[in-house]
Amino acid sequence: MLSKENFEKLERLKSQYPTTKSLSLPVLWMIQEQHGWISPESMQYVADLLQLPVSHVYGVVTFYTMFNTKPVGKYHLQVCTNVSCLLRGGEELLDHICKRLHVKRGEITLDQRFTVTEVECLGSCGTAPMLQANDEYYENLSTEKVERLLDEWSKG
Amino acid sequence: MSEFTEKLILPDIPNLHQLDVYERHGGYQALRKAMGMKPEEIIEEVKKSNLRGRGGACFPTGMKWSFMPKQSTKPKYLCANGDESEPGTFKDRQIFECNPHLFIEGAIIAAYAMGVTTVYTYIRGEYAKWIAILQKAVDDAYARNYIGKNILGTGFGTEFVIYRGAGAYICGEESALMNSLQGERGYPRVKPPFPAQVGLYGCPTTINNIETIANVPIILNRGAEWYWKIGAPKQPGTLLYGISGHVNKPGVYEFPTGILLTDLIYNYAGGVPGEKKIKAVIPGGSSTMWLRGEEIEGVKMDADSLKAVGTAIGTGGVIVMDEDTDVLKVLARIAHFYHHESCGQCTPCREGCGWMEKILNRFLAGDGTMSDIDLLMDVANNIEGNTICALGDAAAWPVQSVIRKFREEFEARAKKSPTAPKPVTPPHLVTTFDA
Ligand SMILES: Cc1cc2nc3c(=O)[nH]c(=O)nc-3n(C[C@H](O)[C@H](O)[C@H](O)COP(=O)(O)O)c2cc1C
Ligand code: SF4
Ligand code: FES
Repeated sequence: MLSKENFEKLERLKSQYPTTKSLSLPVLWMIQEQHGWISPESMQYVADLLQLPVSHVYGVVTFYTMFNTKPVGKYHLQVCTNVSCLLRGGEELLDHICKRLHVKRGEITLDQRFTVTEVECLGSCGTAPMLQANDEYYENLSTEKVERLLDEWSKG
Repeated sequence: MSEFTEKLILPDIPNLHQLDVYERHGGYQALRKAMGMKPEEIIEEVKKSNLRGRGGACFPTGMKWSFMPKQSTKPKYLCANGDESEPGTFKDRQIFECNPHLFIEGAIIAAYAMGVTTVYTYIRGEYAKWIAILQKAVDDAYARNYIGKNILGTGFGTEFVIYRGAGAYICGEESALMNSLQGERGYPRVKPPFPAQVGLYGCPTTINNIETIANVPIILNRGAEWYWKIGAPKQPGTLLYGISGHVNKPGVYEFPTGILLTDLIYNYAGGVPGEKKIKAVIPGGSSTMWLRGEEIEGVKMDADSLKAVGTAIGTGGVIVMDEDTDVLKVLARIAHFYHHESCGQCTPCREGCGWMEKILNRFLAGDGTMSDIDLLMDVANNIEGNTICALGDAAAWPVQSVIRKFREEFEARAKKSPTAPKPVTPPHLVTTFDA
């Protein structure tokens, strides 16, 4: 299930840690990058690959909020509503996005293009409000700016 | 305003993240110097500088390093903490972005001083962009033999590995960080044993914040004597102040420790939009106790000065709230955060954080009662000091301080009706000894 590239990467990583257990997070990241989420089958695969109990893998996947246990849209929009963002309109931004995309927090759009998630502080408090779309940060947002981004993402 | 205006950690030099540029501005000279010193001499120098940790707890760095055993049959590790998830904190990412080699150089010096074989840098998973920048810098440093098996031909070797977290505030807590690096759930460990004895993979380990480590080359280059004269004597050096919320120019500002909070807000961060008054300030990240707007005059930004006014420097992340802010709404959001991030190992934290959030939400919905105020305080008091790690305390402190300082906000929102249902008092979690 790992791509050839990731397999090679994994071989290189092995020398960096004294235990294979440490590779749990790096391998799960590889799986998520390839498939967008981590399915029960993937968990079994990782367990076999690293020779760890599947219960361990399941425990790790469910502990960390960034690991998706169900499929997410092509654009995973993660909007921060923690203090600094709250003070600068993060809540309103999140509501605005949900309304425009006709979803509630945590849901995926019917066309599978967007998932909207409310998240905790992303270390962008000085450029609030902000959101993370997949791995990219979009900062100093306003409703106009976010409208333009959504227009673009709805096409591409 | 302060006399010392030099930027030591984030100087205004374009493209400083590139190795060539960094070298042209004296980069890796501190490492060369360090390699000519004995490891104990470096630890002594760091001790003399009075450098204190920038990760929140302000622990003296040189002393922490000296806890590492000199002789060890097991490998020794350094964990650099780049988890940076405390709300209101966004400074370490600035180091990754603008001056990653300063951090790398500091980490290699620290590794040499403590006899560390591998430096693991743990970075929060969301910082994909900054992980890539740091990885590039690390690769370049390897290529020039600043990291590797035989650094600068001295015979000393250390490896440098970046580990990507996956979203969990608790992994910034040092023992949770080590468990996470071991590929497990990020559960904090009971202490003792302390990491210098039993740390990562059961081996002697030191954990330091990214900004703390970035100070090390500066201390070696300029000398401890010079360093400890900057800013507040007991916590010297410059600090990366992050300021956010209701200010005109939020961002990261580097100034000596001990500057006036009002200077930071009004002179550097451009004051409050619309010239509004300040209602409250959180001085050092969401875990620190709040100050009322009327209290900030004359308050200095260093560990001792903030302790004297009942709060803490924390991560140096200042959050400003203007006069129109609904403080209960902000506090409820903070309570939600700690409830969400509690790892669930200790009952007082797991249950208490949930109760605090619930009670605060009652006030927001207009269903809070006068006795709820005392109940809320009671829950907070029963969390504080009764948990494995400091997340419990961090959840209790803001609640306690807001009740103390903004009681009238609770009272104004509480249901006045005498027929209001009496809330069910949860059983006491633990008996405190001084009760
Ligand atoms: C809940 C919790 C979260 C923490 N998060 C961080 C963090 O994100 N970054 C950090 O450097 N320290 C964090 N700390 C503090 C670390 O446990 C540790 O004290 C620090 O990394 C030590 O580095 P220093 O001595 O250089 O400050 C956290 C502590 C707690 C209790
Ligand atoms: S205090 Fe909270 S976060 Fe810390 S170990 Fe206990 S339950 Fe986990
Ligand atoms: S509070 Fe939103 S990024 Fe920090």
